[in-house]
Amino acid sequence: SKSSRSLTGGIADIFTKRKLDDDTLQDLEDILIQADLGVDTAMRITEKVAAGRYDKEVSPEEVKSVLAEEVSAVLSPLATPLAVDEAHKPFVILTVGVNGSGKTTTIGKLAAQFSREGRSVMLAAGDTFRAAAVEQLKVWGERTGVPVVSRETGADASGLAFDALKQAREERRDVLIIDTAGRLQNKSDLMAELQKIVRVLKKQDETAPHAVLLVLDATTGQNAMNQVDIFQQTAGVTGLVMTKLDGTARGGILVAIADRFGLPIHAIGVGEGVDDLQPFEADAFARAIAGLE
Amino acid sequence: MFETLQDRLSGIFETLTKRGALSESDVNAAMREVRRALIEADVALEVVRSFIDKVRERAVGKEVIRSVTPGQMVIKIVHDTLVETLGAEPEPVDLQAVPPVAIMMVGLQGSGKTTTTAKLALRFTQEDKKKVLMASLDTRRPAAQEQLKILGEQAGVDTLPIVPGEDPVRITRRALDAARLGGYDVVMLDTAGRLHVDEELMRESVEVRDIAKPHETLLVADALTGQDAVNVARSFDERVGVSGIVLTRVDGDGRGGAALSMRAVTGKPIKLLGTGEKLDGLEIFHPDRVANRILGKGDVVSLVEKA
Ligand SMILES: Nc1nc2c(ncn2[C@@H]2O[C@H](COP(=O)(O)OP(=O)(O)OP(=O)(O)O)[C@@H](O)[C@H]2O)c(=O)[nH]1
Ligand SMILES: Nc1nc2c(ncn2[C@@H]2O[C@H](COP(=O)(O)OP(=O)(O)OP(=O)(O)O)[C@@H](O)[C@H]2O)c(=O)[nH]1
Ligand SMILES: [Mg+2]
Ligand SMILES: [Mg+2]
Repeated sequence: SKSSRSLTGGIADIFTKRKLDDDTLQDLEDILIQADLGVDTAMRITEKVAAGRYDKEVSPEEVKSVLAEEVSAVLSPLATPLAVDEAHKPFVILTVGVNGSGKTTTIGKLAAQFSREGRSVMLAAGDTFRAAAVEQLKVWGERTGVPVVSRETGADASGLAFDALKQAREERRDVLIIDTAGRLQNKSDLMAELQKIVRVLKKQDETAPHAVLLVLDATTGQNAMNQVDIFQQTAGVTGLVMTKLDGTARGGILVAIADRFGLPIHAIGVGEGVDDLQPFEADAFARAIAGLE
Repeated sequence: MFETLQDRLSGIFETLTKRGALSESDVNAAMREVRRALIEADVALEVVRSFIDKVRERAVGKEVIRSVTPGQMVIKIVHDTLVETLGAEPEPVDLQAVPPVAIMMVGLQGSGKTTTTAKLALRFTQEDKKKVLMASLDTRRPAAQEQLKILGEQAGVDTLPIVPGEDPVRITRRALDAARLGGYDVVMLDTAGRLHVDEELMRESVEVRDIAKPHETLLVADALTGQDAVNVARSFDERVGVSGIVLTRVDGDGRGGAALSMRAVTGKPIKLLGTGEKLDGLEIFHPDRVANRILGKGDVVSLVEKA
């Protein structure tokens, strides 16, 4: 893509037969900042790159791969696919995030993936607020051949979630994925609504929800830190999905998030199609940030 | 979560005993902190650089007024330069053209185009007493056309009837015809979200633009956008041509640096702010408010108190 090309160019220009001095390190830090790592994380990674190499001649390739290694070292321990624990029937996945981050689309992709694995899936149209949110999920249900439990727009979301779980249990479904309306984390009334959904699910199965996925948009900058912080506190986020990595945004905030929250990163979205969900691979992600592809 | 710029700058200036004019070395030290604050507010690095150069030039040699500290002085200069760069005067969406006036909405996936289309249509109807027609050209996202239709019903604004299987170019032609025949003042074209690097879809936007000849083409962008804001704004402006920017999700707690990034690289005005999911969540852009947010609460409060 455009930005990774310019990053590659940038690094090559900077490091052609140069010493790894302060100026060079500043340039390196800038490259990380432009990938949305944030100042602190960019500085920390840059320091690691410098350790033991300061004032030495370095080739651009070497710097790039060291950079990628350092980023990957932060992310690797967290790269874990979303595992369906078969002890729970259904395994309940609650999907949360700010408006437009890609929740509903990700649910469609996950439904396809689980169905392919031979699991019987059910979806719950828990976004009872946004215009045509229910219809949108129903289209995904049709696409993937998965039933969708829904109520009319304006209905109570937690009531819908309760009914969906009941139905999924009765039908002995393997997986139930619950969609929710997008909400900004600073809206306490909306966050309380999310807590209510969790509470209501626990009435039927105190271990539910078994996974709470926070869907993050790769184009988001430093605010993603607040998103993780507050969604984790209120909804008990258990893992992350990052969408829209098919654009030029590098999603580097994930490195800062990994550093601070240590939440598993399950998958990435790389398009709007049903197959555009990939497992999160720390190395590939880190190499893109370092401009190695 | 963030230390305010004020705190950091006072830390720097604490070590300086001299008052009077700001020296070049004082300013350089201060600019490192300003740089950091702007990056934390999501201003894109290339924009941070040119912005800092401007501020540095203005700050060096500046007399520090008695009532404020050197740190507050620097913040005042940063604030004023922010307001100036963001565009001091609000520029409304312009409807002064031969009806039906076409307005095209473009942007990345999920940025808020459809919601903003309905918000604007409601405003034109209620405040400007215009007869508005909305059309969804989004044949890709599931239920996108349905979404606009429902929002139209909520707003009491007409939407072009949905014809399944029609492509965006044909919908555009039908919308323009319907607007002309129906005596509409304004026709709003809500397009599908697309990546600025998606050649095929960007070409489609150009085709729609050439047919509709929009009086305004509004780039709808998320206020929570990070460093990528410059790439997005520049590409949409270069490829499709943008007449203004609408920033959505300003009701969030993001610092909104994308506003400065987009304005700086395109020179195009930020016209409106989306401040909620409901149809009344639309406000006129006020640079001062956005500047305050980029700077952070703590800084603005002290600035207002002292200056
Ligand atoms: N390019 C790209 N677009 C995506 C990706 N994931 C989702 N989208 C698009 O982003 C837009 C928003 O996606 P949704 O799934 O509706 O997002 P949401 O979080 O459910 O939105 P709300 O329910 O309104 O909060 C749609 O146009 C999707 O097609 C991705 O990985 N890449
Ligand atoms: N909080 C808040 N939410 C907003 C605002 N504007 C839009 N939204 C929400 O953001 C999400 C996406 O909005 P849409 O209008 O569907 O975005 P879009 O750009 O049309 O999306 P695509 O057509 O998929 O590209 C929805 O959940 C909206 O309710 C805003 O100003 N504030
Ligand atoms: Mg949704
Ligand atoms: Mg839309």
